Amino acid sequence: MSAIALPQTSPLPPAQRRMTSWQVWGLILIAPYVLVFLAFVLYPVGYGLWLARHPESYVKLFNDPIFFRTVVNTIFFILVAVNLKFLLALWLSGFFTHERVWIRWVSVLFLLPWAVPSIPTIFSIRFMFNPEWGVINSVIFRLTGLDGPNWLNDPHIGLSLAMVTHIWKSLPFWTLILISGRLAIPKEQYEAASVDGATVWQKFKYVTWPSIRTLYLSSTILSMIFTLGDFNSVYLLTGGGPADLTHVLATLGIRYIRLDQVDMAMATIVCALPFVLPLVYFMMKSLSKSDTER
Amino acid sequence: MKKKYLNEAFLLLMAVPILLWSLLPIYHIFLFSISSKDSAFSGALWPDLPTLRNFSYIWKQQHFYLYHFWVQIWNSLWIAVAVGALTLAVASCAAFAISRLKVRGGRTVMNLALFTYFIPAAFLAIPMYKAMGNYGLLNNRWSLVLAMVTLASPYAIWVLKQASDKLPWELDEAARIDGATPLQLFRLVYLPLMTPSMVAIGTYALLLAWNEYLYGYLLLSHERTITLAVALGHFTAADDSPWELLMATGLVYALPPAAIYYAFRRYMVSGLTSGAVKS
Repeated sequence: MSAIALPQTSPLPPAQRRMTSWQVWGLILIAPYVLVFLAFVLYPVGYGLWLARHPESYVKLFNDPIFFRTVVNTIFFILVAVNLKFLLALWLSGFFTHERVWIRWVSVLFLLPWAVPSIPTIFSIRFMFNPEWGVINSVIFRLTGLDGPNWLNDPHIGLSLAMVTHIWKSLPFWTLILISGRLAIPKEQYEAASVDGATVWQKFKYVTWPSIRTLYLSSTILSMIFTLGDFNSVYLLTGGGPADLTHVLATLGIRYIRLDQVDMAMATIVCALPFVLPLVYFMMKSLSKSDTER
Repeated sequence: MKKKYLNEAFLLLMAVPILLWSLLPIYHIFLFSISSKDSAFSGALWPDLPTLRNFSYIWKQQHFYLYHFWVQIWNSLWIAVAVGALTLAVASCAAFAISRLKVRGGRTVMNLALFTYFIPAAFLAIPMYKAMGNYGLLNNRWSLVLAMVTLASPYAIWVLKQASDKLPWELDEAARIDGATPLQLFRLVYLPLMTPSMVAIGTYALLLAWNEYLYGYLLLSHERTITLAVALGHFTAADDSPWELLMATGLVYALPPAAIYYAFRRYMVSGLTSGAVKS
């Protein structure tokens, strides 16, 4: 945000005097990235789309009973998990902007899920929910004398826990973003509101929300894009099971790869494009808008 | 006055669930790594006899899943460092060319890079896997390095370009009047001024590569070429897997990035979040 708001220092006066050798060096220096892009983005994507050109792959995909379930799971995951995460992040960012020394320490610990790699933590969550040996059912048994639910072997609970895992992992990052948004609001606005006798809710509604609304919305869109590519939270927790009922598009594509059905994997991605492209279009537009505004 | 105490009590009350939520899965890793298998599988909240035996098994590679532990952690380190260095090289050159040399087509390249950044990583993985197969790079450490550089550099270029746009133009002017070549400007003026952003971006790329699971899982398969992240994934092949060893190895794997993250937290937060989301 702050990087964007700054005005550009000068609108290109050196352009006219630019010597060709500077242009040549520019081309040489930009070439490594262009090569990376051509070899590892453009060629793979083009080749992948070429592999996905046969209509029969799509017929086969639509006839696969787990495909429809996967699409529903994905939509559910994107809408519920991301929005829930952002409501939590909005609420927590309010908590963490209180100026107390101990809250600073809480925030340091709160960032741990983000700082630690996901493989060990997701496996840890997975074993906590193990029906026979996991700590959660063991605590339930000690407290009530009853056997706990068969958590990850139930498709509904399994997918919900994958969402919880996703939220657990990425909540600190987005909370941090919203905290930075809240800290950018001038304190005088809150003081003025206090003088006018505004309640906490009124301060949020008339001061906080109008200032961070744009940030909140564009963060939500960006998080939706990232969440579409969240393979770990589902795959490492449930593996797509039981009976392939908890897949999302990201894990389904990889499942086809493991079954050596590359055309199906690519067809899955092509079917995901209607979800991805509008979100990407929105992000590109808002980024280039902020880039030209400077 | 009473209202103020109520407010403090309410804040404290909120901190308890926040801490439990954040720390429980991580405590659970720690608990398992100091437990014997029997104790870990009993659902106890603290082991009767805490032990460091799991770490000694890891150190001496004394388990089927751990036979190649040292090679695998070396692979992780090698790949992470290579990705960090290559991403920095590629991205700083590109950002310099786009932002300072105003190379023709620079804007298009920036947009293509941003577009890449917005492709969900798990979707790009599939065509990338096929392409690496065509290049004959599968099961070669370089395949993962190049894939991770591809994933890390768009964001790296974006952040470095943002930082670079803020440098005053007068520096370039002065250098040009003194007859500096573009390379001298890059090496003597640009790079020293960009150090803080470069540290943030290098760390970002390094951690991204160290933490990556999916791409390693697809691109590498031989037990002596895989990274530690992929090796951890192999542990869960069976239901009675040695989870206590998995968690101990996971702890060893998680400590370096967490330490780096906390050491560079200031850089990371200010350097990266400003580029991550635009308002």
